[in-house]
Amino acid sequence: MKENGKFIKRAMVIGGGIAGISASIDIGNAGYDVVLVEKLPSIGGRMLQLSETFPTLDCAQCTLTPKTVETGQHPHIKLLTYSEVDRVEGKAGNFTVKIRRKAAYVDWEKCTGCGLCQEKCPSKKPSEFDRGMGMGKAIYTLSPQAVPNKPVINPSNCRYFLEKKCRVCEKVCPVGAIDYEQQDRFVEERVGAIITAVGIDLIPKETFGEYGYGTIPDVIDGLAFERLNSASGPTTGAIRRPSDGKVPKEVVFIQCTGSRDPERYMPYCSRVCCMYTAKHARLYKHKVHDGQAYIFYMDIRSTGKGYEEFIQQGMEEEGILYLRGRVSRIFRDDGRVVVWGVDTLTGKKVEISADMVVLATAIIPQGGTKGLAQKLGINTDEYGFFTEAERKLRPVETNVEGIYLAGCAQGPKDIADAVAHANGAASKVQGLFAKH
Amino acid sequence: MDYLYFPGCTLYTKAKNLDQTARNCSLLLGFELKELPNWTCCGATFPLATDNIMALLPPSRILARARQEGTTLTTLCAICFNVIKRTNRLIQNDGEKREKINNFIEMNYQGDLRVLHYLEILKQEIGFPQIKERVRKPLAGLKAAAYYGCMLLRPFDEMGFDDKERPTLFEEFLEAMGAEPVDFPYKIECCGSFQSVGSPEVATECGYKILGSAIKNGAEVVVSTCPMCTFNIDHKQSDIKQKYLDFKSIPVLYFTQLLGMAMGLDYQTLGFEQNFVDPLPLLKEKGFI
Repeated sequence: MKENGKFIKRAMVIGGGIAGISASIDIGNAGYDVVLVEKLPSIGGRMLQLSETFPTLDCAQCTLTPKTVETGQHPHIKLLTYSEVDRVEGKAGNFTVKIRRKAAYVDWEKCTGCGLCQEKCPSKKPSEFDRGMGMGKAIYTLSPQAVPNKPVINPSNCRYFLEKKCRVCEKVCPVGAIDYEQQDRFVEERVGAIITAVGIDLIPKETFGEYGYGTIPDVIDGLAFERLNSASGPTTGAIRRPSDGKVPKEVVFIQCTGSRDPERYMPYCSRVCCMYTAKHARLYKHKVHDGQAYIFYMDIRSTGKGYEEFIQQGMEEEGILYLRGRVSRIFRDDGRVVVWGVDTLTGKKVEISADMVVLATAIIPQGGTKGLAQKLGINTDEYGFFTEAERKLRPVETNVEGIYLAGCAQGPKDIADAVAHANGAASKVQGLFAKH
Repeated sequence: MDYLYFPGCTLYTKAKNLDQTARNCSLLLGFELKELPNWTCCGATFPLATDNIMALLPPSRILARARQEGTTLTTLCAICFNVIKRTNRLIQNDGEKREKINNFIEMNYQGDLRVLHYLEILKQEIGFPQIKERVRKPLAGLKAAAYYGCMLLRPFDEMGFDDKERPTLFEEFLEAMGAEPVDFPYKIECCGSFQSVGSPEVATECGYKILGSAIKNGAEVVVSTCPMCTFNIDHKQSDIKQKYLDFKSIPVLYFTQLLGMAMGLDYQTLGFEQNFVDPLPLLKEKGFI
């Protein structure tokens, strides 16, 4: 801990997604110590769930893993995963943060990350990480390249916790790391600055009655499609629809599902859906050459560098059919998914009997964002995104000195913007530390 | 408790069977439908132009008169229900229009009447479990498709009838009768409505799709609440058949006809002779009559 008088030159980053990782590495590289708090068992965040990224179509994990590994091995970064902020006290230069370290039921000091427990665990339930597209074990890590590569037990899925029998993981663990008696514990960290980078969720597809309230198995959301398309996902990257595992020959993508809909859902633009839908359709075409992809859109917002070219390529070279209009209803008929929409450019009703539908559902803040804002004493807007100190000129600062924002917790962003935002937050922290 | 009842024009002509069976069923359930005196046509469409006060006057007059007689008004026809309920809501919420309307009709009505569809009376006021107890001849094994159409449900925020996208109230009713509700994707789609006059082919296509979807999902009978829908999907089945050669006809019944049958009313009082597709062979085959 670097101390100059009473001002603690040590930072905390809350949230271990790409924004939190980027900010941590920046601050660590500047020579300051960083505590990175992540609520999931390992870092990587939403980006870890993605298959490829726009506009370059490179593999998300291939670009992310070097960053997560660097974070895990960085001499200045202390990782507290499977942990959540419980209480924050103090002010810039002297915050005391109480952190709940959730019970993993695995002694991470002993665990070598061999993976035998996950292999032998008999309990299988739809995996949250895979958005229900595949099964997960009760003892799990989020990915084979997890940082840290230590498993946790989900008690609501574990036979031992539910029925008091099984204990298979305990039997197979070569180092005796399984500890069913483990409890949540609290640790305190003292830091001089805090960056919140807690990220986003998607509005649940169960929200949309017109699209079947989530009851149609072949209607999935964008993140689920990422998992289907991911080489490390449940189908090892093969596009297979959830209901019967068939390769879908006609796929309808619906942009702005819940976004830009002030009367019913979210009035704002989620900013990434135009691009990731184009990416989805193109990746689908790369894998299913005789398949047809349809995209319903309101407008195409491709404002980033190389983005418009990416969309045009999809339209002109990959035969993706763009239909300007909304979809009013989706229902299941004879194992197919019938989509009723309108093409407002021709003024005609459109009916597509598709094999699968992908909803680009609106981006919303993570569930705990408001609670965290209260603990930190910062503001959120009416949708729960953190409010910056000034919309245009102070986009990474908050109204509390020493607390900064990074990534999508402030508002929807793509990866490039989230990283830039995080770089900004990290440099603000360095500036603050350099001043004292 | 008795309920004020606005029949509407069709209930005295093409849909007499809906009117009669509802009145008879009410008596069996312990309440009376008290017909509103001096009622007029409801106007038949809720005006979409915001300055069309004239079209709001007939339903407003009906509401104002009903308020002098009681506090709850019920209707059977889905279109009358739609027009009257939306007018009532408008009078409740729009002070300026309320004043204009009251000046026109020379009455003073503040919008404080409850407007309920007969199905809502059955669910909210009587209760489906209580109705189930009154069932003498359960319609066991009858695969019935509940067809809501649009007027009961739309516009969603004004009608507030049931879940906007997947209503189940009608199916719950059918279950109380002992029937097997059939879910089908076209249950809340439009029947073609007045298009059957100007562009009959539009209504024919709607009917073909609705009935075809119900049949495909296993329905033996389609159940309706609305004389307009019934006209398009029952009376027009001959037109549908003429245009679509693969179409097989299916009986369309009013929900009150099923209710009467289940509660043990003599089938000869249920007005089946007014149904275009004769339901008697099916009902006989099922052993209900």
